[in-house]
Amino acid sequence: MTSHTDIENKLMTPKEAVRKFLKDGAQVAIGGFTINRNPMGIVYEIIRQRRRNLHLVCHSNGQALDLLIGAGCVMKVEIAYGGNGRFAPTCIRFRKAIENGEIAFEDYSNYQMSLRFLAGALGIPFIPTKSGLGTSLLRLQGFSREQRKARKTARKKCVTLQNPFNGKQDKVILLPALNPDVALLHAQYVGEDGTVRIKGLTFADIEQAKAADCVIVTCEEIIPRSVIRADPDQNALPPFLVDAVVRMPYGAHPTACGYFYDYDPSHLNMYRRAAKEDVLYKKYLKEWVHGVPSHEEYLDKVGTETLAKIKADPALGYAPGLDRR
Amino acid sequence: MHRGWTEGKEDQGMVAYTAREMMAISAGRFIKDGDILFAGTGVSMLAATVAKRIHAPKSVVFFETGGIDPSLDELPMAVSDPRVMSGTSVNSGLIDAFSIVGHRKLHTIAFLGAAQIDRFGNINSTCIGDYHKPDVRFCGSGGACDAASLASGVIIFMQHEKKKFVKKVDYLTSPGWLEGRNSRKKAGLPRGGPIAVVTNLGVMNFHEKTREMYLAEYYPGVTLDQIRKHTGFEMDMSKAVESVPPTDEELRILREEVDPQRLILG
Repeated sequence: MTSHTDIENKLMTPKEAVRKFLKDGAQVAIGGFTINRNPMGIVYEIIRQRRRNLHLVCHSNGQALDLLIGAGCVMKVEIAYGGNGRFAPTCIRFRKAIENGEIAFEDYSNYQMSLRFLAGALGIPFIPTKSGLGTSLLRLQGFSREQRKARKTARKKCVTLQNPFNGKQDKVILLPALNPDVALLHAQYVGEDGTVRIKGLTFADIEQAKAADCVIVTCEEIIPRSVIRADPDQNALPPFLVDAVVRMPYGAHPTACGYFYDYDPSHLNMYRRAAKEDVLYKKYLKEWVHGVPSHEEYLDKVGTETLAKIKADPALGYAPGLDRR
Repeated sequence: MHRGWTEGKEDQGMVAYTAREMMAISAGRFIKDGDILFAGTGVSMLAATVAKRIHAPKSVVFFETGGIDPSLDELPMAVSDPRVMSGTSVNSGLIDAFSIVGHRKLHTIAFLGAAQIDRFGNINSTCIGDYHKPDVRFCGSGGACDAASLASGVIIFMQHEKKKFVKKVDYLTSPGWLEGRNSRKKAGLPRGGPIAVVTNLGVMNFHEKTREMYLAEYYPGVTLDQIRKHTGFEMDMSKAVESVPPTDEELRILREEVDPQRLILG
């Protein structure tokens, strides 16, 4: 019988997790979706440790993507969407980096990227879909032939195929599988046995985690084995798929973590204003990332008043009546 | 009182509703009771919610992030907003959500917005200028290409401007009728295609055979010349009629029940 100390060798600080598992040049999949459940605590730590040349593989990423790009950690992205909902319909540092030619990029759609993770998780080299037929997503390559020689990069963006089983008119697109070096995700709960529980929408977190070589999970709470195993239907990942567990309350701030806290509208608005100007942006990074060496200090800086405002109603999952303008 | 809308000005004493309100209500009228609605967060959220509360109570709103039929007591600010996973029938993830969009048994309607549109309803939400060195970069497809490829029908929201209604989109993010006629089917997309474009000036539909966009409705107070001036390609206006203005009930529901904070109505 396993004891509740099962994750002792996986439990670590964000500093240790990044140092151990996330190298320069790594291909990284970020969990969450635009302004929900971004693994921000780990993202701040990646920036503090000045990781460089990351290759991000994303469906719809928002705050985490924009910060990593803005802080200069990213060399290339394969992406469906860079936006922060109505707080920034297009992520601002993402937009600037592409317009200024600072990062390499290749576009896919959300479903296509999710399927690519699924293919990686299943161990198949490619996967078909009908989504994207007739579009520029199919026709226009983002990466150059030279860039395609890099590790974990497909030699082609995608190809079309006639259905080999029936029908001459029946076409599909084949998409290359993804197996990122690291998947980062923020969950509500991890059990003392290492089981991961995600409340609310899972986005493509489970596929990303199963596709990745290494999985870092940050969580709001670590709960007893007996509790997490009492309701296994709620659980997302078994312990043996997880490499590092970091306990990090409010670890998704300023993005939401359903049933624990809402997104922080005032912070996301402040971020948008800062992201527009290089000088303000440097100041933001200094003040909110480099200037707060630990997550505890970050939360002190956010302040208990703000944390109280965004606290979710445990039945609804969000903070009703929150001023979101 | 004359009710009409002119260039978004509400201070002329004759205007009882805004362009955005008219857009939400016009689009909502395309929804049939029982449709399964793939919504975004802007005006589409309003259109779906108004329709649901007025004439399509059996319709279901769902989101690409995986939230199916949320109670939507508060408007979401993003498709990942925790409000899209509250009071739902099922919470899942992206792959499950896209299996609903393209489900063969369902009549699914997707609402999309874009930076550019051409006369066949192909839309661009990726970039202006060269893809590799764009003048302006936008968010990208997200789930738009998927919905446009797989849903039974698409309703597109646009600001009616010449630079947005273009002969050729700079980047074809989401497929409309492609090159018209049966080109969509030939490309391998057996169903779907845009059914309406709803702008701040009027409503466009697509010709049944040629699949070319034509003007179906202009809002009260808007002239055909105004629409012609703001459209970058030749558009048939011979079938256009004046839109039925929003009813008091439609406006009341929109303002008091759907978006009381005016988060989207502005």
